[in-house]
Amino acid sequence: MHFLKQKLEWRFVNKLGRVVLNFFKATGELGLFTIETVYHCVTPPFYGKAFLRQLVEIGFYSLPVVALTTLFSGMVIALQTYSGFSSISAEGAVAMVVLISVTRELAPVMAGLMVAGRIGAAMAAEIGTMRVTEQIDALSTLSTNPYKYLIAPRIIAGIVMLPVLVLIGDIIGICGGYMIGVSKLDFNATTYLMNTWEYLKPMDIISGLVKASVFGFIITLMGCYNGFHSQGGAQGVGQATTNAVVSASILILIFNYILTEIFFTI
Amino acid sequence: MALFRFKQKEQTPKIKLVNLHKAFGRKKVLNGLNLEIYPGESLVIIGGSGTGKSVTLKCILGLLSPDSGYIEIDGRRLDQLSSSDRAEAIGQIGMLFQSGALFDSLSVWENVAFSLLQNKKIKKDEARKIAVSKLAQVGLGRDVASVYPADLSGGMKKRVGLARAIATDPSVIFFDEPTTGLDPIMSDVINELIVSTVKNLGATALTITHDMNSARKIADRIAMLYEGKIIWIGTVKELDKTKNPYVRQFVAGSAQGPIKTEIKANQ
Ligand SMILES: Nc1ncnc2c1ncn2[C@@H]1O[C@H](COP(=O)(O)OP(=O)(O)OP(=O)(O)O)[C@@H](O)[C@H]1O
Ligand SMILES: [Mg+2]
Repeated sequence: MHFLKQKLEWRFVNKLGRVVLNFFKATGELGLFTIETVYHCVTPPFYGKAFLRQLVEIGFYSLPVVALTTLFSGMVIALQTYSGFSSISAEGAVAMVVLISVTRELAPVMAGLMVAGRIGAAMAAEIGTMRVTEQIDALSTLSTNPYKYLIAPRIIAGIVMLPVLVLIGDIIGICGGYMIGVSKLDFNATTYLMNTWEYLKPMDIISGLVKASVFGFIITLMGCYNGFHSQGGAQGVGQATTNAVVSASILILIFNYILTEIFFTI
Repeated sequence: MALFRFKQKEQTPKIKLVNLHKAFGRKKVLNGLNLEIYPGESLVIIGGSGTGKSVTLKCILGLLSPDSGYIEIDGRRLDQLSSSDRAEAIGQIGMLFQSGALFDSLSVWENVAFSLLQNKKIKKDEARKIAVSKLAQVGLGRDVASVYPADLSGGMKKRVGLARAIATDPSVIFFDEPTTGLDPIMSDVINELIVSTVKNLGATALTITHDMNSARKIADRIAMLYEGKIIWIGTVKELDKTKNPYVRQFVAGSAQGPIKTEIKANQ
C-alpha cells in the first residue's frame, strides 16, 4: 500500500517535471524561431511575389469579416452607451464613447481575433502540410531558404496589413455608431459628426494601429511557427492549426492589455 | 570502367561520411556509418525498409543533423564551414525525394523550373522551355507542364520530382527510390536517364533503391546498409560473387537468412 502510494507520487512528480521541461523547451524553441525569423525578414533576398500574394490574402480577403465585426461592435456600443448615459447629456457621450472604444480597443482586438481565426489557421495548415510532405525539405535542396521564402513574406505582410484593416475597421465602426445614433436614437446628424470630430485624437488612432501591427506579427508568427514544427501527418497538421489559433488569440488579448498599459497609463 | 574507378580512389572523395550516428529518441538509426563517394561515380545504397537510407541522405543535405560523426564534401567538413559556404556546398546537390515532395501550390513546370526561377533569375519563357525539355527526358509530354501535382499519378509525380532534381544540372544528384511505383519500361527509361546524366554531366550520383535490376544497371558500386552501418560495399560483379550472407539474402530476396524481419522478431 505504502509502496503503491510512493509509486503514484513518483509518477506524478515525473509527469509534472516533464510538463515543466516541455514548457521551457517550447518557449526556447519559439524564442529561437522568432530570432531566426526576424533575421531573415531584414536580410536579402526578398521574395516580392510571395509577399504580394500574402498582402492580398491577409488584407483583401479579410476585409469582409473585419468590416462586419467592427460595424456591429460600433453599433452595439452606441446602443449600450445610450442606455447607460441617457440620464445625462447622451449626445456627446455616445459619439465620444464610440470613437474611443472603437479606435483604441474594439477595432484592433476584433480584427486581430478574426484574422487569427482566418489567417493563422490557414498559414499553420499550409506550412504544416508542406512540412509533413517534405516540401519544406525540398525547398532547402533547391537552394531556397524556407524562412525567407515561406515565413518572412507572411510575417511582413501581417505587420503591414493589420493596421490597414484596423484603419478601415475604425471608419466602419464609427459609421456603425453614427447609423444607430441618427436612425434609432434620433440624434442630429451634424451634431453627432461634430462631436466625433471634436473628440478625435491622433493618439487614439495611432495606438490602435500600433496594436494592430503587433497583433499582425503575433498571428503570422504563431501560424508559421506551429506549421513549421508540425509533425506526424494529417493529425499533426490539425493540431498545429488549433494551436496556432488558440495561442495567437490568447497572446493578442495579453498584449492588448500590456500595450494599453504602456500607451495610456504612462 | 572498373579500373578507371579504381584509380579515382586516390582522389578526394566528393562526399565522405565519417562515423555517423543518429537516433530518434531511443531508436538508433545510424550507428557508426562510414562511406566514401568518389567524383563521377554512381553509388547505390541497398538495404531493408526502415534501415535509415533516407535518413542518411537527409543528414548529408543538412535536413537532419547527426548526433555524432561528420560529413565532408570536396574534402571540407560541413560542420566547420560558415553557413553560407555550407549552403553553397550543399547547393550543388540535386535531390529526388522518396515521396516526390512537389510543391502543390505550383504547376508542374514551375516545380521543375523552381530553382532556375528563384535563384538564377532566368526569364520565365526560357525557364519554361528548360522545364519542358527536362520533362521530356523523364518521358512526360508538354501537356503535363501546366497541370498541378495533385492531378498526377504516383509514378508521374516521381518523374516530375526527377525532372526537378536534374533541372539545374547539379554536379551531385541523390535519388531516393527513383523507380519505385513505375512500370518496368518506364523504370528502364529512368535507369538510362540516371546513367546518362552521370556520364554526360560527369555528375556524381547516390541512389537508394530496392530494385536490384535497377541497381545492377546504374551502379558502379553497391553498398549495403544494415543496422546503421555499411556492412558490405563492392561492384556489381563482386555482388554476385560475395559470400556475405546478409547481401546474399537481400539480393535473393529470401525470407530465410540472417536478416531478421520484424515478423520473426516479434515471435
Ligand atoms: N523525422 C523522424 N523522426 C523520427 N523517426 C524518424 C524520422 N525520420 C526517420 N525516422 C525513423 O528512422 C528509421 C529509418 O527511416 P528511413 O526513412 O531512413 O528508412 P529507409 O531506409 O529510407 O526505408 P525505406 O526503404 O522504407 O524508405 C525509421 O524507423 C523511421 O521511423
Ligand atoms: Mg526511404
